[in-house]
Amino acid sequence: MQINTPFFKERAHDAMEDKNLQRALGNLKAGFPEKRAIAVSRMPEFEELRNQGRDLKNHVMENLDLYLEQFEAKVIENGGHVHWARTSEDANKIILDICKQENAKTVTKGKSMVTEEIGLNDYLEQNGVQPVETDLGEYILQLRGDHPSHIIAPAIHLNLDDVAEAFHEHHKRPKSDDPAVLMQEAREVLRDKFVAADVGITGANFCVAETGSTIIVTNEGNGDLTQTLPKTHIVVTSIEKVVPTLEDMTLFLRLLARSATGQEFTVYNTLSSGPRREGDQDGPENFHVVLVDNGRSEMVGTELQDMLRCIRCSACMNHCPVYGAVGGHSYGWVYPGPMGSVLTPQMIGIEKGGMLPNASTFCGKCESVCPVKIPLPKLMRHWREDEFEKHLSPKAVRYGIAGWAFLAKRPVLYKTYTRMATWFMKRWAGKKGKIEKMPLAGGWTDWRDMPAPQGKTFMQSWKEQQKAGEQP
Amino acid sequence: MSAGIKAMSVKQTVAKSRAEIFGNIRRGLGRKGNSGEASAEQKQAVQNRLNAQADNLIPQRAQLPHDEQVELFKAMATEAVAELIELDNIALVPQACADWLKTRHIDQLISASSSEINSLDWSPLLNADVDRVERVAQAGDIASLTSSFAGIAETGTLMLHSGPDSPTTLNFLPDNHLVILRRSTIVGVYEEAWKKVRAAFGGTESGLTLPRTVNMITGPSRSADIEQKLQMGAHGPKTLVIFLIND
Repeated sequence: MQINTPFFKERAHDAMEDKNLQRALGNLKAGFPEKRAIAVSRMPEFEELRNQGRDLKNHVMENLDLYLEQFEAKVIENGGHVHWARTSEDANKIILDICKQENAKTVTKGKSMVTEEIGLNDYLEQNGVQPVETDLGEYILQLRGDHPSHIIAPAIHLNLDDVAEAFHEHHKRPKSDDPAVLMQEAREVLRDKFVAADVGITGANFCVAETGSTIIVTNEGNGDLTQTLPKTHIVVTSIEKVVPTLEDMTLFLRLLARSATGQEFTVYNTLSSGPRREGDQDGPENFHVVLVDNGRSEMVGTELQDMLRCIRCSACMNHCPVYGAVGGHSYGWVYPGPMGSVLTPQMIGIEKGGMLPNASTFCGKCESVCPVKIPLPKLMRHWREDEFEKHLSPKAVRYGIAGWAFLAKRPVLYKTYTRMATWFMKRWAGKKGKIEKMPLAGGWTDWRDMPAPQGKTFMQSWKEQQKAGEQP
Repeated sequence: MSAGIKAMSVKQTVAKSRAEIFGNIRRGLGRKGNSGEASAEQKQAVQNRLNAQADNLIPQRAQLPHDEQVELFKAMATEAVAELIELDNIALVPQACADWLKTRHIDQLISASSSEINSLDWSPLLNADVDRVERVAQAGDIASLTSSFAGIAETGTLMLHSGPDSPTTLNFLPDNHLVILRRSTIVGVYEEAWKKVRAAFGGTESGLTLPRTVNMITGPSRSADIEQKLQMGAHGPKTLVIFLIND
């Protein structure tokens, strides 16, 4: 997928002017947060489950090498194959190689953000294998040549009419604007694809070390048809998804659905443990797991290790005021919202991804709803520091901060300057007490008035309070 | 020839990737054992954790006497839009199937071939002109019948697993999925279901070896991918019927 992250500002600007997108984003804001809140209120132990989820993931990351070895050994024992991929290119090469061995013409796909991350669809197409997305949202996007704007509701940026138009064009049927009819159409069209596919590719929500199982969680059942009907099932997932036991997986399943869609439980939770057994009448004959790294192993032992806890529920973006205003495509790559602002710089480089950790109000809502309590604002600040240290921040920011630092280290100068600035801004604002335009502050005043400072500076007030003998 | 060289190179890619990934992780964790691996104690600690199969926090909700667990199961399954039909004993399943299918003008039932199902007297289906066929599911099948391994009260969830007499396609491909659930197999929480799984498939030399697939199913298929409005019947069954056997 093309990286458009450096153009975040321009894309966000366009997104806010886009009336259709804003209408679609309204569905997000009205839906997910409220549903999550209800689900959480029905589970009084939710907070303690979050603590346990955080601690368990930390334990896994502290022992990641050992759990991965155990998982690998058990998959092989079950009759499956494990492939390690350091980069996107490696992963694509491995997957294509399996497809070629099977002489695959078409490949059905369950929803997988890791395959978006590695750009699998384009790669397969370029090499003569046709991928078919089967998740309804992903299918709509594939017909439109579009990409997901959300990690669990990929087509959230579209309205009913966009879907109706795409189906009318590709299915050659009368245009309908009834969502039920549209879904039935997709069901009928994709049924043949499920049956015809040579290979089925799914992701995994978790990998269970104890049993060598992968698990997928879907509401549609598309992932199940994808992995049950073709001769070969390839699971494409990433190294941080491993959990120790079935009981540990269960802890995360309790957290995942409630945090994601606000459901009590997702409709289909499906464990896959290798190819069909002797006597089985259906199921794949070949079972492959491709474990993608793509920068994750370098996060171990660093401040970013906390991010490896992420279970891709989307609660952070569902509650994010920035995501809610500009939508997922503004972020310019695969992972949007707060989790994307932390992950993207790691995967595409801070040089290209530096805009994202800056596009935050630091309201902290993301951390407060995260099922595994990832300190997302702290990690965004980590990237901002990194960017500053590498001199990648814009000149205005660097000179601005340098100027402020010069003043802040010289108290007398600082006090004088702030007193003068306050006086000046008050005069500039006039009677209304609002600044409508000011040199060097266009980034703010072009969009809204800036309230002029009221009363005294902080230092003045502080001094007076101290004198008066009050507690600060 | 060229295919052989390419296969080698993919193999080498995998080996190189594996070494680099483990190298990075071990370096990141500051592993100090032999050749930079985890120490014997660290390995033992992980093994102990795996062997313990310890429960994490179990919510209060389903920690109830069995009768109340059954009531919770019924409430949660219904909330998930499963259709619940209670029967006094398993011998009534064929008639219940016949009634359900006949009302909907369905004349074929694709059936699992478990001994539980095969030991029943299926003449009520014949009388209703419904064919019962034991095979895997195919595209176009309208209705299927399977047994289940357990019911989980916590969320009204069915647990099924693959095996020679229970093809997995029956659970996903037909438009309507009919499932037999015995009251006695209903448990409170997922953890109790895993204990049943361990009892059935564990205890081998290499620990627990699961069937190819274990399916947890909570209601019929659905999607909200169009404008976040929930529609029932996406790719899996549009209807999930649970015959709850109160024996």
